[in-house]
Amino acid sequence: MAVCIAVIAKENYPLYIRCVPVQNELKFHYTVHTSLDVVEEKISSAGKSIGDQRELYLGLLYPTEDYKVYGFVTNTKVKFVIVVDSSNTSLRDNEIRSMFRKLHNSFTDVMCNPFHIPGDTIKSKAFDSIVSGMMVQAG
Amino acid sequence: MADQCLFDFLHMEIVSHVYKEQQSNKEQVDSKDGALCISVLESLGFRVGQGLIERMTRDSPSFKDELDIMKFICKDFWTKVFRRQVDNLRTNHQGTYVLQDNKFSLLTPLSSGKQYLDQAPKYLAFSCGVVRGALCNLGLESVVTAEVSIMPSCKFQVVIQKLS
Repeated sequence: MAVCIAVIAKENYPLYIRCVPVQNELKFHYTVHTSLDVVEEKISSAGKSIGDQRELYLGLLYPTEDYKVYGFVTNTKVKFVIVVDSSNTSLRDNEIRSMFRKLHNSFTDVMCNPFHIPGDTIKSKAFDSIVSGMMVQAG
Repeated sequence: MADQCLFDFLHMEIVSHVYKEQQSNKEQVDSKDGALCISVLESLGFRVGQGLIERMTRDSPSFKDELDIMKFICKDFWTKVFRRQVDNLRTNHQGTYVLQDNKFSLLTPLSSGKQYLDQAPKYLAFSCGVVRGALCNLGLESVVTAEVSIMPSCKFQVVIQKLS
């Protein structure tokens, strides 16, 4: 499954980032950071072409040698980025979609929590466990 | 239906609580305190609007432009929050929108006419905040004001702040 999951605020600062293995964290920060340009490009081009279905799911942002990076943007312009291992070829588009949907559902729950201040980093156990369920089990 | 009253009653209590709180601190409530209460109610609504829009736009396709967002607010959002659609939406295409609701659900129990007209603003502050919060989370900074000439009809003016 995923090796890195990140949530980026609409002002493009990280709200949440988790990755395995933890020692590669900096590398994943770079990967996610780079992907934001692609996300921006996809969002701005989506409005122009006529007749597109205007989906929230952005699809594969870009593949690297080791990883594939997928993106998703909510209507409130919060971005979700999922990085998966390239060697994991069995992973279908549908599964990625359902991962994003789960992530989105959990994120809305966090947003509707009165103890969460919008714009703050996400500190929610429920969200953590959803993310853990989608990550590769290290070891 | 019973569930519809819940929000109405809660809203009335919120308003009266905020005003009582202010009153208990002082002997006399002047216009400055009134303004403070309005802004407290407005900011409560703002947070609620932010959360609500996150949930409501979960399954809708992404929005094309500003007008698309306003239409969503008038139809889906208004229906869910105030149980009916906005009756009339007008715009000057330069960022000013006027949403007219001829039977605004939070004003209908109060009066139908000019009675209690001076009390109307405090029952609209929360709603203004909700709309502003929703728009803010969708990326539109705005100023929302409400205007009542005869209850229970109500006009909300939304002025989008353009980022220069």
